[in-house]
Amino acid sequence: MTVTKPTGGPVEGYACVEPATVREGDTVTMDVKGVYYRQVNAAVRAAFADGATKVVLNNVNGQRYIGTGVRGKNLSIEVHGTPGQDMAMLMDGPTIEVFGNAQDGVGNTMNAGKVVIHGDAGDVLGYGMRGGKLFIKGDVGYRVGIHMKAFEELRPIVVCGGKARDFFGEYMAGGLLVLLGMSKDAERPLVGGYLGTGMHGGTIYVRGEVESWQCGNEVGVTAATETDLAELSPVLAEYCADLGMDLKEVLSKPFTKLAPLSHRPYGKLYTNL
Amino acid sequence: MPTSLIQPEFRVEIDYNKCHKCGRCVQQCGWGVYSFNERPYPDDSKCRACHRCVTYCPAHCITIKKNDLALRDNANWSPELRKNVWRQAESGGVMLTGMGNDKPYLKIFDHLVLDACQVTNPSIDPLREPMELRTYLGRKPDSVEVEANGEGGYRLKPGSGVENNVKLDTPLIFAPMSYGSVSLNVHKSLAMAAERLGILMNTGEGGLHADLYPYGNNVIVQVASGRFGVSPEYLNRGAAIEIKIGQGAKPGIGGHLPGEKINKEVSTTRMIPQGTDAISPAPHHDIYSIEDLRQLIYSLKEASGYKPVGVKIAAVHNVGAIASGVVRAGADYVYLDGFTGGTGAAPAIIRDHVGIPIEIAIAVVDQRLREEGIRNQASIIAAGSIRSSADMAKAIALGADVVAIGSATLMALGCHLCQGCHTGCCSWGLTTQKPELTRRLDPEWGAERLTNLVHAWSHELQEILGALGVNAVESLRGSRERLRAVGLDKQTCDILGVKPAGL
Ligand code: SF4
Ligand code: SF4
Repeated sequence: MTVTKPTGGPVEGYACVEPATVREGDTVTMDVKGVYYRQVNAAVRAAFADGATKVVLNNVNGQRYIGTGVRGKNLSIEVHGTPGQDMAMLMDGPTIEVFGNAQDGVGNTMNAGKVVIHGDAGDVLGYGMRGGKLFIKGDVGYRVGIHMKAFEELRPIVVCGGKARDFFGEYMAGGLLVLLGMSKDAERPLVGGYLGTGMHGGTIYVRGEVESWQCGNEVGVTAATETDLAELSPVLAEYCADLGMDLKEVLSKPFTKLAPLSHRPYGKLYTNL
Repeated sequence: MPTSLIQPEFRVEIDYNKCHKCGRCVQQCGWGVYSFNERPYPDDSKCRACHRCVTYCPAHCITIKKNDLALRDNANWSPELRKNVWRQAESGGVMLTGMGNDKPYLKIFDHLVLDACQVTNPSIDPLREPMELRTYLGRKPDSVEVEANGEGGYRLKPGSGVENNVKLDTPLIFAPMSYGSVSLNVHKSLAMAAERLGILMNTGEGGLHADLYPYGNNVIVQVASGRFGVSPEYLNRGAAIEIKIGQGAKPGIGGHLPGEKINKEVSTTRMIPQGTDAISPAPHHDIYSIEDLRQLIYSLKEASGYKPVGVKIAAVHNVGAIASGVVRAGADYVYLDGFTGGTGAAPAIIRDHVGIPIEIAIAVVDQRLREEGIRNQASIIAAGSIRSSADMAKAIALGADVVAIGSATLMALGCHLCQGCHTGCCSWGLTTQKPELTRRLDPEWGAERLTNLVHAWSHELQEILGALGVNAVESLRGSRERLRAVGLDKQTCDILGVKPAGL
């Protein structure tokens, strides 16, 4: 372990030190307990630059920006513990698997790659996400999938296993956003209000029913058809395989489909002067 | 029944005795004013006084006049307010407009004068003496350490904390205007000129077109709420990254590029499908506090190898406290945009009535950051209708490090301020994506004119510095003692930190 700044870090309990690393073949394992996020992320980038293809992070506790801006296919990061905010922001290619809960901002403006979270996750997941996959097993917070986009072959897919709060898929401009509602918390409503408000692209599927007051004026709400489910099934199959869930059970309830009524929701709001 | 109560704003008069009947006016007009049947016939109601036809008419036989149709005088209801009521009664829509605020608010720059040297403190002759205009954009360390340079002089010690500063050969940059709101040839002109001038252009929120990749060292890449065109690749191309929170012309309002402007090229650069509205809401949905802003600043730094990250905010009430938060969040510069700033499209009511003047914002932000002892931690860029080198000098004397110009650059490229940018019909080929119009601007010609403009202003700034008796723009920054107010009330003078003339 090389100590770069032995006197500690800018946040109490965290030190600016390089994490202890062990390399076996293409895998680098790091103990990041008490290591400040900048050194953690620098070490991850260095490991990939050094030819490693997999990084295992142990004792993660709130370190931010894990995988942020990391580029390259066939790279993967395993996170044990609770990662901090903006994980996988602007990520372009790699896979991150979190054995624990995640916080806010996962997959923010992400380009490509995959994030699998075995627990719950926070707010603003997949904001402006342009491609890749975000699979969350548990509940999610507010503003999930806001302003998701799509571009040419890039199409973001976000699947949330539990329940969601307000502004799910607001301003959504492309991609696929799925809410399964299979939460341990039976009391909570499936999803909050403002569902798909301002939506002008992409599709949202909700397992179960939503009430009209929950949805924005810009979306059309219909029952998912056989064709819809045929499009959805492979995604759900992959999700179930990644998170150890039963596809049959997931598909055992009818889905609601939300799609934008127009690609130009505010086209008539303005007049020329 | 009349279809419209609104009479034409202008009269297009053609002297048919001189007219060659060549039809060039028909081709040149982006607004569809002219029809041609053996000779050109103008439809006055469509004219925006952009003067493209006037400029290109070989016979110089076109005259555009104001339509002086009398409306009964009324000091309360200006003709414009009356027309707006008629317009909205017809359309029911929010009125959109382009370019900057045109209302006759007090322009504070025009009530400030610069000091000059006299008998005992001689001025400096900028024609013979070196005048330093070089400026460095970015966070400066709290203290500097120097070491001997081996030639009897000193240099900054490596690791002194200024490595990430961006060098500007003159304290001026080109303001953000997105590809989509302006044409690619405008972006090319700006990028080429920025490179030649050793300054920066700014992508605005529209991504960076691949043709501009070679100019990356002279480009600020912008990240706004819509995240259009934002990818790791894009962040790594730029010399600096800017988070856009607000814009002077429309504080608190997001952007909206209508679907019909999203053609193939724009869609590729923005990385969105063709033909959909590019909606960029006012709030970044991941920023609801200064702590959130700090998080975004540092995620962009992480994603880009710790490039300088600036934050653009609109000049609004209490901007001193806001800027302090922005600096404490880790911004390397604060971009202040005043309420006469330009825009490609904004609701006219917002453009004309929301925000505060840039002069006030510069003064209070500079003051506040000094009082808090954090002025060195960020540069201040001032924008929002910087119209001349005098405005530039006054902005710097009030406390700015650098100014940014947008409308002035478009004017250098032909813009006549006709305020029709939001329609996408710009006859000068600037704020349009129509290929028959955009090809009117040759980037090489554009770059030359922009270079000329900035050279001219830089020379004038050197003259001003010489008159003030200083030989570096650094010495002017925040030097309010060199300014005096003429015709400003006491309170405004106090806020600006400027004495009235005569004291
Ligand atoms: S451009 Fe001038 S000369 Fe030619 S048709 Fe028009 S008005 Fe006549
Ligand atoms: S850019 Fe074009 S449309 Fe806009 S004000 Fe200038 S000339 Fe008119």
